[in-house]
Amino acid sequence: MSREDYEAIIGLEVHAELSTKTKIFCSCETNFGGKPNTHVCPVCMAMPGALPVLNKKVVEYAVKAGLATNCEIAPYSKNDRKNYFYPDLPKSYQISQFDKPLCVGGKIEIETEHGTKQIGITRIHIEEDAGKLNHDDYGRNSLVDLNRAGVPLIEIVSEPDLRSSKEADTYLKKLKSILQYIEVSDCKMEEGSFRADVNVSVHKKGEAFGTRTEMKNMSSFRSITRAIDYGIQRQIDVVENGGKIEQDTLRWDEVEGRTYVMRSKEDAQDYRYFPEPDLGTIEVSDEWKEEIRKSLPEMPEQRKTRYIEEFKLPEYDSNIIVSSKYLSDFFEVATKVCNNPKSVSNWIMTDIIRVQNEEAVEKMPFSPEQLGQLIVLIDKGTISSSIAKKVFEELLKQPRNPEEIIKEKGWIQISDEGEIKEIVKKILEDNPGSITDYKAGKDRALGFLVGQAMKATKGKANPQLLNKLFLEELKK
Amino acid sequence: MDIKKEEILHIAKLASLKIKEEEIEEYRKNLQDILEFANIINSVDTEYLEETNGTSTNINFLREDEVNNFKDTDQLMKNAPEQENNMFKIPKVIN
Repeated sequence: MSREDYEAIIGLEVHAELSTKTKIFCSCETNFGGKPNTHVCPVCMAMPGALPVLNKKVVEYAVKAGLATNCEIAPYSKNDRKNYFYPDLPKSYQISQFDKPLCVGGKIEIETEHGTKQIGITRIHIEEDAGKLNHDDYGRNSLVDLNRAGVPLIEIVSEPDLRSSKEADTYLKKLKSILQYIEVSDCKMEEGSFRADVNVSVHKKGEAFGTRTEMKNMSSFRSITRAIDYGIQRQIDVVENGGKIEQDTLRWDEVEGRTYVMRSKEDAQDYRYFPEPDLGTIEVSDEWKEEIRKSLPEMPEQRKTRYIEEFKLPEYDSNIIVSSKYLSDFFEVATKVCNNPKSVSNWIMTDIIRVQNEEAVEKMPFSPEQLGQLIVLIDKGTISSSIAKKVFEELLKQPRNPEEIIKEKGWIQISDEGEIKEIVKKILEDNPGSITDYKAGKDRALGFLVGQAMKATKGKANPQLLNKLFLEELKK
Repeated sequence: MDIKKEEILHIAKLASLKIKEEEIEEYRKNLQDILEFANIINSVDTEYLEETNGTSTNINFLREDEVNNFKDTDQLMKNAPEQENNMFKIPKVIN
């Protein structure tokens, strides 16, 4: 049988660090980095007798995430201890939520090649992050840094609704953009503030679901996609060869592009959950919930509709712009400055996305206001669009007011009719062949002449005027 | 409920502890004692009580999100039997 005879079932567990100022159960700051063991206190270092106090903002942010993903918010929830031994977990238990999570039963929509698809959200719960293990030079010892221990996380568990690595990738990017829109997490995968574990199973079409395996240790969208494709193919190969899939936990090796068994089913963790006796009940009243709902900003879907209806942007462009909060905010601000949404959208869709891809960065060195000012200069006819491209490059190198750039570089467009007429006459004198060509019906000759004039003026001549005056001269 | 040898081995594994064959019986007895002691609570009649979320009766005992860093982190680091670059140095644990 071939791959087409199989169906894959994928579910994702996403961990996102909440961007609160302090940790979940103590007042230590949460900033990433910093000298090891400086953002610590008796609570997050698990000193005997130290007691946790829940951060109000953590509840708010988690509820916000729940509302933005269409979850029900539990009126009452609680924390539980998840017991396991690992050196980055100083208490030997993680304070999490077990049977009464804050948010349940949500969904988000993703665009797939077969149209819009709903992906169920099983639950969102709050918990604390663990510390970080470093290894010494000889590989004999571990070095424990507890700065990250106690940083608040939400775990977002999806229903097994995803069918391919492409869908999983789209879902993750959508989730990331939602969390960024509502400003509860910065979702920096490279800093570990947005991580995903993947459950995969395969079965022959029409048959019952297969046994699932869990994959961990993927640190980029690309490695998640690779790991899923690898996991699906590996399971199909096992089944095709008459083997059986074991319910293992696997570790993804990015360099080798394969997985290794981390834990077999026999070694399955037995977390012995029980209610956290040091913390009380979390009550989210309707009043509090509505207050949080009111604080939700305009979501990507709403922005997209507005872009299409109000600004007449194509759906494709709107989708791409709203997929990133950064681009969408950039679009909004630049549009306010120049009042030309179509042009801002074009700059984003071509030049900004090109720079993002080439430089592998999200953020531009210049501000959206500066792009807006650049567009104003084009729209007023102060500079031509070819000069504008040069100003754009200049903004990348050394961001400053575009008006300053063009003054400094002497790039102001020549729109004086008399001046341009002189240039046109000069170019025609130098290129008598083109005049003959044009009169013989070769329209391309006009383009050539305009090009020559542009070259002579270093791109500063107003192209519309050039065209007009060339035509007038040629018709004489 | 009787604790079996296998449970002792399972718990030891979860805690990444190596125990000797001759120690198993001792641990088994100790844990059995603890379990029986804790089981006394099961004899309490709870029929008339409402279910609770846990032992704490606090509702929304919450903290504002304001930074107040602990001053004496050096003192905390003194709990490290060994340290390197201000980190706890511990034997490598492989899972």
